[in-house]
Amino acid sequence: MDSNTDQNQPMRIRIRNATKAFGTLEAVKNADLDVAPGEVVLIIGPSGSGKSTLLRCVNRLETLSEGEIWIDNDLVTDQHGDIRKIREEVGMVFQNFNLFPHLTALENIMLAPRTVKHATKAQSTENALRLLARVGLQDKATAYPAKLSGGQQQRVAIARALAMNPKVMLFDEPTSALDPEMIKEVLDVMLDLAREGMTMLVVSHEMGFARAAADKVVFMDQGEIIEVGTPTEVFDSPRENRTQRFLEHIL
Amino acid sequence: MAEVNNRDEANRRVTVNVSDGALIPDRGEKSLFSAWRISFFGAIALLIILPTVRPRPYLDIMRFLPDGILATFQVTIISILIALAIGLVTGLGRISRITVINRIATIYVEVIRGIPLLVQLFYIYFALGQLVRVPRLASAIIAMSVCYGAYMGEIFRAGLQAIPKGQMEAALALGMSRSQALRKVILPQTFRVILPPVGNEFIALLKDSSLVSIIAVSDLLRRGREFASVSFQYFETYTVVALVYLVITLFLSKIVSLIEDWAERRG
Ligand SMILES: Nc1ncnc2c1ncn2[C@@H]1O[C@H](COP(=O)(O)OP(=O)(O)OP(=O)(O)O)[C@@H](O)[C@H]1O
Ligand SMILES: [Mg+2]
Repeated sequence: MDSNTDQNQPMRIRIRNATKAFGTLEAVKNADLDVAPGEVVLIIGPSGSGKSTLLRCVNRLETLSEGEIWIDNDLVTDQHGDIRKIREEVGMVFQNFNLFPHLTALENIMLAPRTVKHATKAQSTENALRLLARVGLQDKATAYPAKLSGGQQQRVAIARALAMNPKVMLFDEPTSALDPEMIKEVLDVMLDLAREGMTMLVVSHEMGFARAAADKVVFMDQGEIIEVGTPTEVFDSPRENRTQRFLEHIL
Repeated sequence: MAEVNNRDEANRRVTVNVSDGALIPDRGEKSLFSAWRISFFGAIALLIILPTVRPRPYLDIMRFLPDGILATFQVTIISILIALAIGLVTGLGRISRITVINRIATIYVEVIRGIPLLVQLFYIYFALGQLVRVPRLASAIIAMSVCYGAYMGEIFRAGLQAIPKGQMEAALALGMSRSQALRKVILPQTFRVILPPVGNEFIALLKDSSLVSIIAVSDLLRRGREFASVSFQYFETYTVVALVYLVITLFLSKIVSLIEDWAERRG
């Protein structure tokens, strides 16, 4: 696999001409997007515009119908490539957390390092405890997900993804299933991550987070990327009509 | 954008209901005179009172039966273990995206469910007998496991399908393989979900195991018949046989409901 030669700066994520069709419905159409190492890119857009689908194509939870996605020098969309190796380096956080309900917070975090990377129990316990402390939940190590609030569950889910030591993190509306008072505790963890230089692709409509952390905002509508710019550009002086109308709608 | 109630998703309790028996005691029913208590302690009381008042047939009957109880449990426990293994494979086959595997599993389930257990029992006993000499007990166990394996397969299928799709996705996103995800994430949750219906099947199998008495396995019912055919005390004998079955199944149903409680509390 060779990298694209027309790129001066090596990109962490390169999405080229990506199209994903479900039957006749094109959920994503001809999308192009670059994310540099350490960049935080926010994806916004109306419901059904293809935000989740695009994100899920990046770790191949969905397979593209056409186009290519690269993570560094690895072609994600290569059907013969080892997608598991790539997924180890791409963490994902879901709207509904998707914690494993039969495992404690600590076991949730330890499971993948233990089974995939064959880390020793001592190593992975130590690492998991450190990650729990990092998301502010050191006292919840032995709690089962059902006993945690939504905000706590999502923070455990972030720690679980970080345990694989990823170089990219994908977030699909990480706060939209949360009660308002819990949104901040999750966004704070994400802000920390962004400051530490994590490459992040985030589907979210949290304007505060976008202005504080995002390098780029991407507006999608009906499967297409309509506009890309800095948060100030997109939020304060959008070029496209559709972007304007959407922003009026959500503000 | 999309509204999702996180509490519902996170704390959703999945229950699988595949059962013919209404034996499991209603947990709401805490009264001293619940149907379960009346039946269970009533049966035990009769089993104590009858031999005391009329030791002549009843005590003799009760001395004669224990070997049969042992055989009944032997058939039931071995069969349920084999049926569980068959059920796991069948259930996985039923949700497999590989057409051949899916078809084979489905045909197995359809065929078995369409043939009465008693006919299967005869068939396996006599058909196998044409080819090899199979001991009666073994052929009884084979028939019971093959039959219940199909029902178990449906329980496993329902249990596997009850696990939200996001669980597999979360595991895959972490870099696990499908089989790792299955073993570490999906199956442990499935086992918890199917525990109550598997308990029900165990009780149903224990009752159905009385059919093996027809191919001359000396189970509880067979021992009763042997006693009655010598003493001609049919009514008394079958009264005791029925009471013993009742005590065993009611006791087991209590255990199943306790397991249900436990599974629910662990959430
Ligand atoms: N597995 C699927 N099968 C068929 N259609 C799908 C599937 N997943 C998504 N779609 C469709 O693709 C389109 C884009 O969906 P997607 O979930 O990516 O939108 P979204 O922007 O994330 O929306 P939301 O803000 O509601 O989460 C929608 O019309 C959706 O119905
Ligand atoms: Mg979405």
